Amino acid sequence: MNVVTNNKWIGQRTIRPDGMDKVTGRAQFAADTTMPGMIWGKVLRSPHPHARIKSIDTSKAEKLPGVKAVVTSKDIVDFPIEKGAVMLGIQDMRWMCRNVMARDKALFPGHPVAAVAATTEAIAEEACKLIEVDYEVLPWSIEIDDALKPDAPILHEFNKFDGKPSNIVGRLEHKKGDIAEGFKKADVVIERTFTTRPVHQGYIEPHACLISVAPDGKTTIWSSSQGQFMVRAMTAYLTGIPQSDIRAIPAEIGGGFGGKTIVYLEPLATLLAKKSGRPVKMVMTREEVMRATGPTSGSKSTVKIGATKDGKIVAAHGTFYLQAGAFPGSPIRGAAGCSFTPYDIPNLLSEGYDVCSNRSKVAAYRAPGAPIGAYAVECVLDEVAEALKMDPLDFRLKNAAMEGTKAAHGPVFPRIGYIETVEAAKSSPHYAAPLGDSHGKLRGRGVASGFWFNAGGESSAQVNITEDGNVVVTTGHPDIGGSRAGIANICAELLGIDYRRVSVIIGDTQTVGFSNLTGGSRVLFASSMVVTQSTEKIIQTLRERAAKIWEIDPEAVKWENGAAHPASPNAGQFEPLTLEELAEKAPAMGGPIGAGVQLNTQGADGGFGTHVCDVEVDVDLGIARVIRYTAVQDVGRAIHPGYVEGQLQGGVAQGIGWALNEEYIYTKEGKVDNPGFLDYRMPVCSDLPMIDCIMVEIPNPKHPQGVKGVGEVPLVPVMAAVANAIYNALGKRFYALPMSPPKVLEVLEAPTQQAAE
Amino acid sequence: MAKVHVTTTINGEPMEFLCEPNDTMLDALRGPLGLTGSKEGCASGDCGACSITIDDRLVCSCLMLAVESEGHEIRTIEGLAQGERLHPLQQKFLEMAALQCGICTSGMLVASDALLKKHPDPSEEEVRFWLAGNLCRCTGYDKIVRAVMETAAEMRAQ
Repeated sequence: MNVVTNNKWIGQRTIRPDGMDKVTGRAQFAADTTMPGMIWGKVLRSPHPHARIKSIDTSKAEKLPGVKAVVTSKDIVDFPIEKGAVMLGIQDMRWMCRNVMARDKALFPGHPVAAVAATTEAIAEEACKLIEVDYEVLPWSIEIDDALKPDAPILHEFNKFDGKPSNIVGRLEHKKGDIAEGFKKADVVIERTFTTRPVHQGYIEPHACLISVAPDGKTTIWSSSQGQFMVRAMTAYLTGIPQSDIRAIPAEIGGGFGGKTIVYLEPLATLLAKKSGRPVKMVMTREEVMRATGPTSGSKSTVKIGATKDGKIVAAHGTFYLQAGAFPGSPIRGAAGCSFTPYDIPNLLSEGYDVCSNRSKVAAYRAPGAPIGAYAVECVLDEVAEALKMDPLDFRLKNAAMEGTKAAHGPVFPRIGYIETVEAAKSSPHYAAPLGDSHGKLRGRGVASGFWFNAGGESSAQVNITEDGNVVVTTGHPDIGGSRAGIANICAELLGIDYRRVSVIIGDTQTVGFSNLTGGSRVLFASSMVVTQSTEKIIQTLRERAAKIWEIDPEAVKWENGAAHPASPNAGQFEPLTLEELAEKAPAMGGPIGAGVQLNTQGADGGFGTHVCDVEVDVDLGIARVIRYTAVQDVGRAIHPGYVEGQLQGGVAQGIGWALNEEYIYTKEGKVDNPGFLDYRMPVCSDLPMIDCIMVEIPNPKHPQGVKGVGEVPLVPVMAAVANAIYNALGKRFYALPMSPPKVLEVLEAPTQQAAE
Repeated sequence: MAKVHVTTTINGEPMEFLCEPNDTMLDALRGPLGLTGSKEGCASGDCGACSITIDDRLVCSCLMLAVESEGHEIRTIEGLAQGERLHPLQQKFLEMAALQCGICTSGMLVASDALLKKHPDPSEEEVRFWLAGNLCRCTGYDKIVRAVMETAAEMRAQ
């Protein structure tokens, strides 16, 4: 592999290619495009958490002047449950077809039951009110405990668990050794149960799309998503239009965090556009986003860890119940698979249960499932370390996974950087600093670690040399966090030219080869592989062209600093031929210069992080604030350090929100009671301190630039780090998130023995 | 419902437009005026992605009626740069990676500009509280706060 050394651009804080458009307001996000003749679509949503749909009468809505089309589930392609799974990635189209439009039953408040397109948004909304739906309201459950009761209302009657109809729709386990034997060897055993609330991904840009369907069926979709190919494929499945007829154009995406890895609006707008013959625009309100998209799972986890007196973990057992919402598919793989992975534990059982209940279908959220599991495991580890009177970082070092450790989910680790993250946290200025003057409030410090699998998968790229000797790179992944900047650095490095000569764009589905989702921390890992190989092909072409001009062997030509040079004095004396000169000569020397590569990339190593958090708690008001935070992570190779730090800082901020404030609150009627940014309280600027980053760089040996995914890991350790810090401040442990002011006060004011329970 | 005729000034240019009486300023900017740099994240004044100024006062354009712009001076993100010359805040946001997805960036820049006009030497705490009405979900605010403070320092030195 061509590992680049002596870098000029890799590792530099260059200006991102899309930056200028974003600081000047030019960038086109999903809701920013219009078309001549465009009309507006709106969705009618179920007010009930659980109801059988007996009939839908759309006749009055259709007669309203200005209404151009109405669709219901009859218009969506059905994937019958009994015919078995039809998978697209991790999504089963049987559930997707029922999620975009309720079929026989509405399964959560906000579940679409019909959609209308009209000449104005106001008329579309009015028309929705004229649609008559005859519901048979059914009993419902939202919380995991309620959904698991023996008499719980069953969402999907076909599903059986242990031979009985159940809301448990999936189970997985990872097993190593024998936990019963392992726990016998333990001197200290601690078992705790934890709960977390559903939290939303919280992207600021609501879901939106604009779709045109021509009379011949040719369909153009402008929407923001984490994968234009996912949009094309799901829309094709759900509308019956072939993929070759759908051009999905990726708008700039205003945040996703996993929540835009499935479609909500696109199939509906496509059908409305097809029926009406007009381009249809749909934009969700914030309330619709909160009620009907995401959020992540609420959870209930029980974790038991046993260790010997000398600090060695001998056995661990984790049981993770995660809310899937209306349809199967909660991220139990992340919870059960990641939570214990930083540690070498000889006897381990990690179980995940997927539980359906009457809330919106879960969507991926940054390291799906892993933060939920890590919260429980890392809090119990803190208690075990305390019982053993060990420093919590020393305890982690003593049990750290390393090269050769077999993880319970399968792999034997190659060279990994977990130990380095713990050591860097331990030697950080933060860990050595005193907690400082508390001004009458209580301060504490906590630590926690985390792991995420990372991912490879399919990516495509096309690299073209322009006629004036500059470069255009087209990849197939929506850029959320700055991946275009990383690609520009890498391509410029390989070609030996200024990075500003490399233009990086995201192609649409009909102009670039298939590329899988932006998700799982895979994009820069995978896309830089295909861009590297494409660029290497181009360099080979450039050497051949120079060789032809000089009439020497291509092997006698080297490429350096943006120009072809004779490889040695023996090759002859020639003036270097620059990229511009070779581009100019291209028509006469064999034609345009460009190369594309498509791969199913392999070799994505997992990522590890260790965090240190200081909190200050106002015991009168119950307000906990994070006052200092350091995130340490093995990032492989930081291609653009600014955006690597940005991933760490953004993940930490989301975790602090999850730990301290964010939660879905439901009314007695089962509806989300806080579907807006005022009551769903995400961290604002004045809530947070600066977030310090320590980037440990252990290059991935299986990647040409050493890249490891970095986006997911920084959310994984945060809730435990905050919880452990609050314990350190108060001497009381919390076993439920969020640790919001009323809940902190409740624990502070409770009798001591209950608080410690 | 008859549309209302509004005469106003937007980014220094005299403008006229027609709107519904209940349209917000954000509706007018993004609709008839074609200025989509201001974003709608919530339509309830909680996210700040639609921040603009009216007579130099920072407001959420989703909380203001379009007809209220009659006779006033509106400034939006599209008016921050002077032709090809970026405002120092825009340049600093680029240099310091103070944006990721970019959906909050317009509002952040408009709000930061309003801050520096009023307080050219803000403390970190002042920056954080001034920008508390502008949600960003990507960056954790760290690089945004640093970019605003560094811009302020450079502008003071000039």
